[in-house]
Amino acid sequence: MKTLTAFWNILIKDIRNYYLKPPNISWGIIFPLSWTLMQIIRSTENIDIIQLLPGLMAMSILFGTTSMLAVTITFERRGRSFDRLLLAPVSLSILVLAKISGAVLFGCLNAFVPVIFASFFVSLGGINWGILFTAVFLIALTSTLIGLLIAVSAKEVFEAQTLSNFFRFPMLFLCGLFLPIQQLPAALRPISFCLPLTYGTDLLKGTITGSSIMHSAFSILMLLAFAAGLFLISRRSIQKKWIL
Amino acid sequence: MEIVNVKNLKKLYGDFLAVDNISFHINKGEIFGFLGPNGAGKTSTINMLTGLSRPSGGEIHINSIDAVRDIKKVQRIIGIVPDESNLYGEMNGFDNLCFCAALYGMEKKEREKKAKELLNLFNLTEAGNRPFRAYSKGMKRKLTIAAGIIHNPKILFLDEPTTGIDVESARHIRKLILDLKDKGTTIFLTTHYLEEAQRICDRIALIVKGRIVKIGTVNELMESTMQGHIVQLTYQGRMETVQKELKEHFPGCTIKILSNDSSQLINKEPVPLFPLLQLLHNKGVSVYEAKEIKPTLEDVFVEITGLETDRANK
Repeated sequence: MKTLTAFWNILIKDIRNYYLKPPNISWGIIFPLSWTLMQIIRSTENIDIIQLLPGLMAMSILFGTTSMLAVTITFERRGRSFDRLLLAPVSLSILVLAKISGAVLFGCLNAFVPVIFASFFVSLGGINWGILFTAVFLIALTSTLIGLLIAVSAKEVFEAQTLSNFFRFPMLFLCGLFLPIQQLPAALRPISFCLPLTYGTDLLKGTITGSSIMHSAFSILMLLAFAAGLFLISRRSIQKKWIL
Repeated sequence: MEIVNVKNLKKLYGDFLAVDNISFHINKGEIFGFLGPNGAGKTSTINMLTGLSRPSGGEIHINSIDAVRDIKKVQRIIGIVPDESNLYGEMNGFDNLCFCAALYGMEKKEREKKAKELLNLFNLTEAGNRPFRAYSKGMKRKLTIAAGIIHNPKILFLDEPTTGIDVESARHIRKLILDLKDKGTTIFLTTHYLEEAQRICDRIALIVKGRIVKIGTVNELMESTMQGHIVQLTYQGRMETVQKELKEHFPGCTIKILSNDSSQLINKEPVPLFPLLQLLHNKGVSVYEAKEIKPTLEDVFVEITGLETDRANK
């Protein structure tokens, strides 16, 4: 019960202090909107919103989660308020879970902004919502954990932002969002399959457009494996780097 | 009864030995001062005792719990006030206290009640709904201490609690520390202010270059460096003329002439004042002030550590 109280309060504190701030709310709305508009403007033919949706959702989650967590944790580390959490009688696993939960929620909500807009223009009746929710949650979880790993490596906020971009942009181009994996140069394809976003995007594509290259159960398993691996690495890195 | 027991504690940062095999204990209910110059290993020691750093070797037992193996259990019964305030700038004082209480699993009603009590105790009730970042340095320090004691810890670690704050706030904090001691809280205190340590600590450990060089009560530390009993006299007359008689009456005493009207008598045994004053009076030296000079903790510190302290701290 005491652990749950601590977990809940860390989560609520993060939501109030960081995720519900007007700049972040506007980021969550403006970012997916601007990507949609960009696609519409650059397209010479009639655009198929359904085809755009998986990419928009994946990008919204990736950008929302990685930057938010990396920046907020680096900010707390600099202000030494993160030490207060490390000094509290809360296990490191619970602490990591509490810190990532806010970002995961933020990422999930970001993902549904394009879905809400799309629902005004096209029918979303064919979507398997169970798989869609699972995919969104798992992409948010793995992206947040990547953000946490970045936070552990960075000392300053600007460093965290630079490192985030270093990971995010190559991931976007290699995960099959812009270019199907089959069309990537043969040398780059193995890298694609080492990225959690590849499996998340494929899941989203499968449930929204019906054009996945992997079985949904396999992608879910891979995302779970990535989440577990990233969680353990992040936890170990925190213990090694922050509890000197 | 010992509540903290440290044996052969060591901390290495790469090749640098920050804490070198130190051992000490803290008795239940006492204020234990941990003094040393900058970089002596004070914060490294606190970090190891509180779980912010892993020891490279040695043992720590706090309230009979092995703190090296089970630090989370220890963290339930300790409170930590770091040298720099580590609360959340964007949250107000009341919310900061409630959040800190929640980290210890306190229920909402209980933590709100305790937060109000502490704001009142620290004269911060009016500032309770202002963001922490808008607080003055003294107010920040007080709120950080309040956050450290909101869960009623058995042991409180205070890292330089009065550094850089105004006199009134420092006095208030010292009074609160003594009140906590009266209520049975054991306090581990590091400070740069030797006068403060002398005034409030029951026992003191002096740490230099990672090693504890002296440990004991304030009196024990001072006695260990006392060369003898010193009486300082201020007078009218010529002290030089009575030196011989003085040495005859007080064998073994040394006379140190400081100026035309001031001298010090240094003797192994306490100097009886009445015969001394009578002798001087008979020899034409009129004493109008006589006082015993005792070494201060700063003198002890300088002698033991071989380092000059920051005089500005006085």
